[in-house]
Amino acid sequence: MINGAQIMVKCLENEGVSVVFGYPGATICPFYDALMDSSIRHILVRQEQNAAHAASGYTRSCGKPGVCIATSGPGATNLITGLATAYMDSIPLIAITGQVRSDLLGRDVFQEADITGSCEPFTKHSYLVKNTADLPRVFKEAFHIATTGRPGPVLIDIPIDIQQHELPDFTYPEKAEIIGYKPRTQGHPLQIKKALELISHSERPVICAGGGVLSSGGKRELVAFAEATGIPVVSTMMGIGVMPSEHPLYLGMLGSHGLKAANRAIHEADLLILCGARVGDRAVASPNQITEKAKVIHIDIDPAEIGKNMTVHIPIVGNIHLVLKSFNEKIHYHVSDQWTATVQEWKETLRSVPPVFEGYVEPRSFIRELSSLLPSKSIYVADVGQNQIWSANNFRTTAGRFLTTGGMGTMGYSIPAALGAKLARPTRPVLAVCGDGSFQMSMNELGTIAQNHIGVKIIVMRNVRLGMVRELQDNLYQGRHSATILDETLDFQKIAEAYGIPSQMVSNNEDAIKAAKTMLETDGAYLLICNVSPDTPSI
Amino acid sequence: MKYTLSVLVENHPGVLSKVSGLFSRRGFNIDSLAVGVAEDPTISRMTIVVNGDEYVVEQVEKQLNKVIPVIKVKTLHNGDFISRELSLIKVSCKASQRPDVMKIAELMQARIIDVSTTCMTLEFSDTSERTETLISLLHPYGIREIVRTGTVAIEKGASTARKISI
Repeated sequence: MINGAQIMVKCLENEGVSVVFGYPGATICPFYDALMDSSIRHILVRQEQNAAHAASGYTRSCGKPGVCIATSGPGATNLITGLATAYMDSIPLIAITGQVRSDLLGRDVFQEADITGSCEPFTKHSYLVKNTADLPRVFKEAFHIATTGRPGPVLIDIPIDIQQHELPDFTYPEKAEIIGYKPRTQGHPLQIKKALELISHSERPVICAGGGVLSSGGKRELVAFAEATGIPVVSTMMGIGVMPSEHPLYLGMLGSHGLKAANRAIHEADLLILCGARVGDRAVASPNQITEKAKVIHIDIDPAEIGKNMTVHIPIVGNIHLVLKSFNEKIHYHVSDQWTATVQEWKETLRSVPPVFEGYVEPRSFIRELSSLLPSKSIYVADVGQNQIWSANNFRTTAGRFLTTGGMGTMGYSIPAALGAKLARPTRPVLAVCGDGSFQMSMNELGTIAQNHIGVKIIVMRNVRLGMVRELQDNLYQGRHSATILDETLDFQKIAEAYGIPSQMVSNNEDAIKAAKTMLETDGAYLLICNVSPDTPSI
Repeated sequence: MKYTLSVLVENHPGVLSKVSGLFSRRGFNIDSLAVGVAEDPTISRMTIVVNGDEYVVEQVEKQLNKVIPVIKVKTLHNGDFISRELSLIKVSCKASQRPDVMKIAELMQARIIDVSTTCMTLEFSDTSERTETLISLLHPYGIREIVRTGTVAIEKGASTARKISI
C-alpha cells in the first residue's frame, strides 16, 4: 500500500526534483513525513514567501521548475506574494500546500484558507485535489503546464486526508493530456515571411529583447540575428543578460529607469522588433509615441501579450528561440552604415556621469568594477529599489545571469532567490545585491543560509533610506520624507556575526573593491555593507 | 457594441469562478453569462455577452484561451447565429386589466404561466431585444419581478463551435 503523501514524493522524484524549499505545518505533515524517506533535499526557509522566491531563483538558474511547500492557512497565504512575483515574470514554479480535511472544507476550521481561490489571479493554473487517485495526473499536468507555453507558477492544494488515504499502487503517467491546452511553439511561416520582408525594407530597425528570450533559450539565436543584420538591441529589465553587456550592438536597458541611448533608439526607430517583451509601462511609458513612427513586429509565446499594450503590425505567436532560428535561416539584410553610426554616437554621447559623494561608495561605478571581478558565468540577483536600477544599468556580464523581479518589484527578493540559485548552481558565484530596506525584508534568510552552508555573497547598499520612495518624494512631494528614513544605529555586522557570517563595512570605492575581492575569495556566505550617500540618484 | 462568445469549458467545479474572476480582474464588462452542460457531458458551454469595442473582445478571447480548462472560444458574428433568452416576468394585474395584459402576451407570443387575483406571470423566450420590448410594454402595469437566464446562442446552419467527430 502507498499513501497520498508517499505518492506526492514519488511524483516529485519522477519529475527529477532534487531540492525543495518549504516550511512545515500540521496539514502538510504527512508529506513531510514521507519526504524523510526520499533523497530529495529539503531546505527549511524562515518564511514561506521566501520559499517561493528561492524556488524562483532555483528555476531561473538551472531551468528545472523549483518547488515550494507550505502548510494550509497562513503558510499558504504567505506564499502568495512569491507566487505573484513569479507569475508576473513568467517563472515556472510548483507550489504545494497542505489543506484542512476535505470534509471540513468551507467550515472555517483552524488554519483553513481558500488558497486556490486566493491565488487565482497569480497562478497559471491551480488544483484542489479531492481524490488521492488523482495525484499522479495532477502532478504530471502541473509540471507540464508550469514549464510549457508561457511558463508560470502552478499551485496544488492537497487536503490532509487525501495525503493520508492509501492506494494499492502507484504509476506515474508518461504524458499530460489536457484538452484545452496546446501551446503553439512554431511561428506561422507566413507571418515569419511577412516579418522578414518588413525588416528588409526598414531603415532604422531596433530589437527589444525581453525575458521571454531567456526563458525560451533563444539567447544565442538573438545575438546571432543582431550580428547578422547589424540591428541594435535594447533590453527590458527582464531581458538583461540576453546580450553580452559590452557588445557593440547593445544599447542597454530601456524605460523610465533605463539608458538614454536605448530610449532614443526606440523613439527614432522605423521598425521595432519585440522579442518576448510585454511592453510594460516601466519599459515603454507611451507606446503610441513609438507606433506613430515605427512599425512593430511582436514575437511572443503568449498571444494575449500581442496587441495588449502596443499596436502591432506583424504578430508572431511562437517560441522565440524557434522563430529567431527561422529568421536566421532566411534573413538577407544589413542595416545601413548611417543608422549604425547614429546609434553608436548616441551610445557614446548620451551617457551620464555619476556624481561622487565623499565618504561614500559610489554604487554605479562600484557595480561596474565588481562585474569585472566576477567569473563570466556568475549569477547576480538584484533586489528592488534604487539598488535595482544601479544594478540593472551597471552590472556587466558576458555569459552570466541577472535575476530580479521585473514585474512585481517585490522587495526582499534577492537573498532568498540567490540562495535558490546557489543550490541550483553550487559551483558558480552567486551575489545578492540589495538596499538596507530590502535587506531587512528578508534578512531572516541568513538563518537558512547559515544552517545549510549556502555560499551566497550579499552586498547591502546602505543609505539608511528607502531610497526609491525618498527620491519620489523629492521629485513629486516637495521633499517631504514621509516614512522613508531608516534607523542609522542598526549594526548589520552584528547581525551577520550572530549567524556566523563574515562581514565588512566600507565607505569608499577603493575599500569596497578590496572588500569585494576578499568576499569572493572567502568560502561560504559573506556580507558586504557599502555605505552609500542618501543623495545618490537612481539614474 | 455587444459581442456574443460561445465558450466550451471542461465540466469541473471551479471553472466558472476562473472565468468570471478573469472578467472582473481585467475590467471586462459582462452583459450576461449562461452556462450549462454541452452535448458531451464532460464539457460545459458558456454563452457570454460582452460589452466593449474590438480591442476588448479580442483581449477577452485571448485571455479566456489562457484559462487551462477553457477548450474553445468562438466569437459569434451578427447574423450568423440565433440567440434566445428565457424570462419569467411577474406583472401586477387587476381583474379589469387582464384582457390588456393577455393581449400583449398574445401579440408578443409570451405564455401566461400563472395568474392570481393581483398578478400575472409571463414566460417569454426570445432575443434580448424582444425581451426588452415586452418588458417596456408591461411596464405601465407595474412589474414586480423579472427572472432572466441570460442569452444562449447557437450558430445557424451546420457550423458548430467545436468540430465534432461522429
